[in-house]
Amino acid sequence: MENRYNTKPGRVFDAFNIVLLGAVGILALLPFLFVIAGSFATEAELTRRSFFLWPEEFTLGSYEAILQTSAFLRAMATTIGVTATGTVIQLALTVCMAYPLSKRALPGRNIILSLVVFTMVFSAGMIPTFLVVKDLGLLDTWWALILPMAVNPFSLIIIKNFFQELPAELEESAKIDGASELRILWSILLPLSKPVLATFALFYAVGIWNDFMSPLLYLNDSRMWTLQMFLRQVTVASDAMLDNPDPSYIPPSQGIKFAVVVVATIPILLFYPFLQKHFAKGILIGSVKG
Amino acid sequence: MTSILQNADSLSAASGPPSPVQRKVSFKARMVQYRWLYILLLPGLLYFAVFRYWPMWGARIAFKDFVPFLGIDGSPWVGFRHFEDFFTNPDFSRLLTNTLILAALSLLVAFPLTIIMALLLNELRLQIYKRTIQTLIYIPHFLSWTIVASLSYLLLAMDVGPLFTGLNNLLGTNIDFLADPDWFRPIIVAQEIWKNTGWGTIIFLAALATVDQEQYEAAVIDGAGRFQRVWHITLPNIRGVIVVLLILQIGQILNTGFEQIYLMSNSLNRSVADVFDTYVYFVGITQGAYSYSTAVGLFKAVIGVILIFGANSLAKRFNQSGLF
Repeated sequence: MENRYNTKPGRVFDAFNIVLLGAVGILALLPFLFVIAGSFATEAELTRRSFFLWPEEFTLGSYEAILQTSAFLRAMATTIGVTATGTVIQLALTVCMAYPLSKRALPGRNIILSLVVFTMVFSAGMIPTFLVVKDLGLLDTWWALILPMAVNPFSLIIIKNFFQELPAELEESAKIDGASELRILWSILLPLSKPVLATFALFYAVGIWNDFMSPLLYLNDSRMWTLQMFLRQVTVASDAMLDNPDPSYIPPSQGIKFAVVVVATIPILLFYPFLQKHFAKGILIGSVKG
Repeated sequence: MTSILQNADSLSAASGPPSPVQRKVSFKARMVQYRWLYILLLPGLLYFAVFRYWPMWGARIAFKDFVPFLGIDGSPWVGFRHFEDFFTNPDFSRLLTNTLILAALSLLVAFPLTIIMALLLNELRLQIYKRTIQTLIYIPHFLSWTIVASLSYLLLAMDVGPLFTGLNNLLGTNIDFLADPDWFRPIIVAQEIWKNTGWGTIIFLAALATVDQEQYEAAVIDGAGRFQRVWHITLPNIRGVIVVLLILQIGQILNTGFEQIYLMSNSLNRSVADVFDTYVYFVGITQGAYSYSTAVGLFKAVIGVILIFGANSLAKRFNQSGLF
């Protein structure tokens, strides 16, 4: 079995493959290493050297500067608050909807499922949704970042399928003991579903944290901005060739751009070990089953 | 994308007949029996009604001359005029060209790269090394497009970015890549590869893990070399997954990522950067042409539905089961 690889061309290929994939792995990481190094470098070094992974002179100046920027602190606090609230709301709504839909005998279930699935293929589009959010008076509120995507139909179907596949005997015996449906959901199904719910909580949290389109569409007031909007303002929109520079606007220094990118990335990197474990499972839950 | 596969199971499960025991109980009795479940359903149903179906009703402004002051009902009907305006507008062919070129690049470059990457990873024998590489190449998937765009801007920044200086030295040029229309598409494809190729390998690696090892052993006995084994055993075994994913992607052809394109477009590269989604944003939100931009969005959505159903029936032809 082992010796099927031990031919000479086989060993040459193995060596080549190890080096190549190693290079790919480093390439995935390199931009961060560069940005992290840059965030600790002085402004002079950033203009003098174009690429380095270790600054000659360490400084925390860039971080001190952004920590004194009220717009940054506000955006950070906003993003944490919106992400936490949004994740709880999205998860609660999805679970509350998935559980009844997992009951095959529920009258009207197939119609509701068809209506849900239809929204996965067809959506009215950006403008009609924008007008609904506007009519509801949600423009320039943080609810606009949460409510319009409160239930993801894909996640809903996956969680519904998960409930459906749990052994029916669990519920039967609880019912015989006189437990109500709500009680069954709360004390039997939810504890069993912890890993799945954790996966979707992470999925929702990353989605809200990374969301750029909703704040772009729904928040005009820059004091309401999230981290992604702030980040874009600092790194992308500060580029002079862009359409919108306000004449009074002073572009941020290079060091500040580096530090903001690092700070915006860190939370995702901190959660990455959990993300990788759960997401990889999540992506495979249904897709490769059949 | 993969969730649509998931959906396949759910729908077939949904349409199954209720068991005979349940059928004996009357419809009304069951409604009463399940009242708590309906109460649980309510918030979700309200969500779908308000944020998914109400906009569909509001989309009738595509056939009206919507004046916010008059409201949707008070605004006059104009039939298909906005659609005619769009199809006769020179913007239309530009948007279609840009969208199709970006989709084609993604299909022809990013998609095969994902498969090649999965095959190479599958050939690694040292499991710790394989897992380390996987850990590294999955990271970019979780970063927002804002971060990807920011990294690109820092790397390609005029005069100071390392990629700006490096590439220009290599080519002997002095190009501002971020502004040059010729470089817009390569940058978009490079970003997509960096962000999603690693993550995309997961589904292929899962398919590769199910390949029967005995086939390889038999092939070794028959004297098949390494590349022959990949060509004659590995690839045919994952052909089903490749075809399904390819078709799914064709169904998504018009869905160029709004955030990525929006973040990378600027006044200098707009001629190649504009796609349907960003156009709807600029014309609708920025310029306030609600009816016209809704018509553009609706056109895109309808073509999208046709593509998805077309892709599905194609998938069925290749892969008996289909997607839904």
